[in-house]
Amino acid sequence: MSQPHRINGGLTDRTQALHFTFNGKAMQGYAGDTLASALLANGQRLVGRSFKYHRPRGIFSAGSEEPNALVELRRDAHCEPNTRATVAELFDGLEARSQNHRGSLEFDLMAATDLLSPFLSAGFYYKTFMWPKAFWEKFYEPIIRASAGLGRLSGQSDPDFYDKGFLHCDLLVIGAGPAGLAAALAAGRSGARVVLADEDFVLGGRLNAETMQIGGQMGSAWAAAAGGELAAMGNVRLMPRTTVYGAYDHGIFGALERRTDHLADTTGAPRQILWRVYARRSILAAGATERPIAFANNDRPGVMLAGAVRTYANRFGVTPGRRVAVFTNNDDGWRTATDLAGKGVEITAIIDTRKIRPLASIPGVVIMTGAHVTGTAGRKGIKAITLNTGQRIPADCLAVSGGWNPNVHLTCHQRGRPVWDNDISAFVPGGDLPPGMTVAGAANGTLTLAAALKEGHATANAALKSLGFTPSRSQAPVAEDEPRTLEAFWHVRAGRGRAWLDFQNDVTVKDVKLAHQEGFRSVEHLKRYTTLGMATDQGRTANIPALAIMAECTGKTIAETGTTIFRPPYTPVPIGALAGRARGKDFRPYRLTPSHKWASENGATFVETGNWLRAQWFARPGEKGWRDSVDREVRMTRASVGICDVTTLGKIDIQGRDAAEFLNRIYANGFAKLAVGKVRYGLMLREDGIAYDDGTTAHLAENHYVMTTTTANAVLVFRRLEFARQCLWPDLDVHLISATDGWAQFAVAGPNARALLAKLVDAPFDISNEAFPFMACASLSVCGGTPARLFRISFSGELAYEIAVPARFGDAMIRALMAAGKEFDAIPYGTEALGVMRIEKGHAAGNELNGQTTALNLGLGRMVSKKKDCIGNVLSERAELNRPDAVRLVGFKPVDRAESLAAGAHFINRGDPADMDHDQGWMSSVAFSPMLGHSIGLGFISRGHERMGEIVRAVDPIRKREVEVEITSPHFFDPEGERLRV
Amino acid sequence: MIINHPLLGPRDAAEFVYLGDASLIDRPDWQDPLAAEKFHDYLYLRDNPVGNHRELWYHEQGDRSWLVVTRNTLTHEIIKVELATDVARKRGRSR
Repeated sequence: MSQPHRINGGLTDRTQALHFTFNGKAMQGYAGDTLASALLANGQRLVGRSFKYHRPRGIFSAGSEEPNALVELRRDAHCEPNTRATVAELFDGLEARSQNHRGSLEFDLMAATDLLSPFLSAGFYYKTFMWPKAFWEKFYEPIIRASAGLGRLSGQSDPDFYDKGFLHCDLLVIGAGPAGLAAALAAGRSGARVVLADEDFVLGGRLNAETMQIGGQMGSAWAAAAGGELAAMGNVRLMPRTTVYGAYDHGIFGALERRTDHLADTTGAPRQILWRVYARRSILAAGATERPIAFANNDRPGVMLAGAVRTYANRFGVTPGRRVAVFTNNDDGWRTATDLAGKGVEITAIIDTRKIRPLASIPGVVIMTGAHVTGTAGRKGIKAITLNTGQRIPADCLAVSGGWNPNVHLTCHQRGRPVWDNDISAFVPGGDLPPGMTVAGAANGTLTLAAALKEGHATANAALKSLGFTPSRSQAPVAEDEPRTLEAFWHVRAGRGRAWLDFQNDVTVKDVKLAHQEGFRSVEHLKRYTTLGMATDQGRTANIPALAIMAECTGKTIAETGTTIFRPPYTPVPIGALAGRARGKDFRPYRLTPSHKWASENGATFVETGNWLRAQWFARPGEKGWRDSVDREVRMTRASVGICDVTTLGKIDIQGRDAAEFLNRIYANGFAKLAVGKVRYGLMLREDGIAYDDGTTAHLAENHYVMTTTTANAVLVFRRLEFARQCLWPDLDVHLISATDGWAQFAVAGPNARALLAKLVDAPFDISNEAFPFMACASLSVCGGTPARLFRISFSGELAYEIAVPARFGDAMIRALMAAGKEFDAIPYGTEALGVMRIEKGHAAGNELNGQTTALNLGLGRMVSKKKDCIGNVLSERAELNRPDAVRLVGFKPVDRAESLAAGAHFINRGDPADMDHDQGWMSSVAFSPMLGHSIGLGFISRGHERMGEIVRAVDPIRKREVEVEITSPHFFDPEGERLRV
Repeated sequence: MIINHPLLGPRDAAEFVYLGDASLIDRPDWQDPLAAEKFHDYLYLRDNPVGNHRELWYHEQGDRSWLVVTRNTLTHEIIKVELATDVARKRGRSR
């Protein structure tokens, strides 16, 4: 397994060979390689196909800006598509595959798309495939979607796990290149808490890619030493493999740490960690990204950024080509030639767009100044380049440099807009930086080494001073500034063939010109019309050249043309990392009631109600379906006694001298005169007069109340009460605490409820009807000393109690209740039987209190006091809410008692058409009543209370059903309420 | 965002629930002859300023304080954080 393109030098560990495969072919690299450097070492130039035209593409860059080399890594459920080979760290056993081709990478059947390119220019969606219209959705779009694309998802659940973490620091340094390291050293030495994050797995940034010296040693060696010094400091946290992807409000940063992506065995450790970093100050030292020059057929494998070619040679000991040519508009490109020549790689030509005196002379190299590359030859990898002179020069790698763009992204994540710097022909950070942020080094447009080191050092010291630290006396590291003159030059006009700007989204110079011609001249329009910069690389190598071309077209300057807005994330963040551990059921964990264990032991089927899991029914052997169980639970409860866990209802403890007055303002009905030892039903309105929530409130002792809310609104009602207490009536003496989780509560309902509870209540408490009548409440003890609260309230319409004990006794309580109830044939009942019994009694619940109904609609209009101030009573009197034809809550029975009813059906008068104009109201709740032996329903119908006995149609167009129903009282069972008062 | 709670110090905004304009403190008098109109305005009319905005935040995952936060809607800079009870009292609310 030879590595034909491996050359001497570099930072990879030649003693540690790593085996990997690319499209099934076994290859070998070394520890310290990226997948890209290893592929290049193995002579693999063709690595992928472009998104739209399926053009053969090769590795273009050596960093996270890579547009071409997107690959699938790993296999099966672990497969991750669209990974940039240039940042994927090589490990032993890595499996990589190219993507977006049908058939093999070399002979992509979809490559014919390229021949159709005249029809696929910018905006082709809106032009070519417009006719016939019906073809778009069924024909054109599926074909286009199938032919364009990136990698494929495994379709399986991600087997890895991800974590989230929180970090606090005085100074966050983003980027560990020369400026970042100098800043971190200065800050670390002063004692400040420093976090230094870099997306690379080796600290040093460009220092590892260049041959420059700091303090007399190689830049890479200096970086390693600096990293060692920082690692030894207790106040510094080094975070390699960590991308700070977003700058958020108030010094909060999002960072993604790739924890085990580079390891063969990841068991037991999170794959990635999403950090939220709270930084008092931050220094952006994110470096710069090189940009290409556009010319005909500049997308062929082998055409690369000049800086990347240096990176591969200097850092990885790999030459991307055997015969390398350089095309540049600045001094930097020349270093690629001299560095590679120094390593014995043949340089065939240096072409500089500027008419300058050559910066170097290398024997045997064609040096052309004031010249351009006008084309390339070689379909799956370049073989030669053509110059504007007509000269053809052999080259299997063309290193292109169009200058460097500072990575200003994070400076723009809030309100910052970059400004154009003519000196370096690039955008540099403008004003309005995120508060606390300063920028140093290449990210700030300071593109040379000595200046970047000084700036990093000075910027850190300034930040430290502003935080009150005394900067250490250390000096900035010493180095020399390299030459860096540049001529703005964006694209070669001469030449045949398309000149590519955005490699990943296949946007060409011609597309930009077309956009201009068609009026899409603002940068934001240009982006959306051509899809420039909208790929996974966000156009990091493409945007500025494209803007420059648009500026040429419009005759404006680039500064006037401006940039599109940079938004987080800087590089893609996996959804798995954003989700962290909150996946599947962990996204919203269940809340379990105190009787859950007992219920699961006793055959309960559970249902989700909000976050709670509640018993829905308890099936017995022989019962054929849920209706059998529910009907039995209702019948047995009404015949003897049933028990239901009602812990999920919200419970709010209310205390204080003004508690009664407070409740009187919260509830629409009166609470001022509720006696100690009594419970009252209360209805809450919203301030707009719509019914909000209901429940009971017990007056347990002087100045002490316990409110219950519906399960769904427990949190919201509490929030509202706190709002009223703090914001509306701050001087009322009232205090609140949520007690929902503190108490286990059970409804004990049925004719034998008292007899059952009498066995558990400690003497001398008297629960006879005389001593403890309907709507009584008390604190007491049960089962020989367990503290408890007893409420004589009934949702079922039976003689009923709710008994509450501290939650830790909940399991014991349900077992004690069931044991005591054995002689009465007591049964547990679930939420379905609860619902059936409340419908039989005509009680409103969530279906009725649906945020659209008023007290009047609910038949509770008279409860709303007009003699006091309470939330919602003023606006409940609005005329529209009190129309004479307003809907009223009533009961419904099917005329044919054998028919079943459906909630959601709308009422239409007999003889009227079933349309919106004739809508009379709707059915809100339905059930089969085991007591009546037929279906019953609750619903709202216009003037319902005046229409008893009338027959209307319940029309259900969605389920295509229609049933004739009779309007009745909502109190189907025991309408006089005799059973609950015995 | 970070909200500097007057009692608890700087806290992450994720601990809070947002309600809206602090004018919700100024609930009208129910016996005012124009109560219906005033409640309408109180409930439905809001300013949407560019710049400083006084708004109600509830420290639900914390001490349950309602806070009046003065926040610049353009920059998200938080200029002032007060306990809503203090603000309510200053605005004449009591019992």
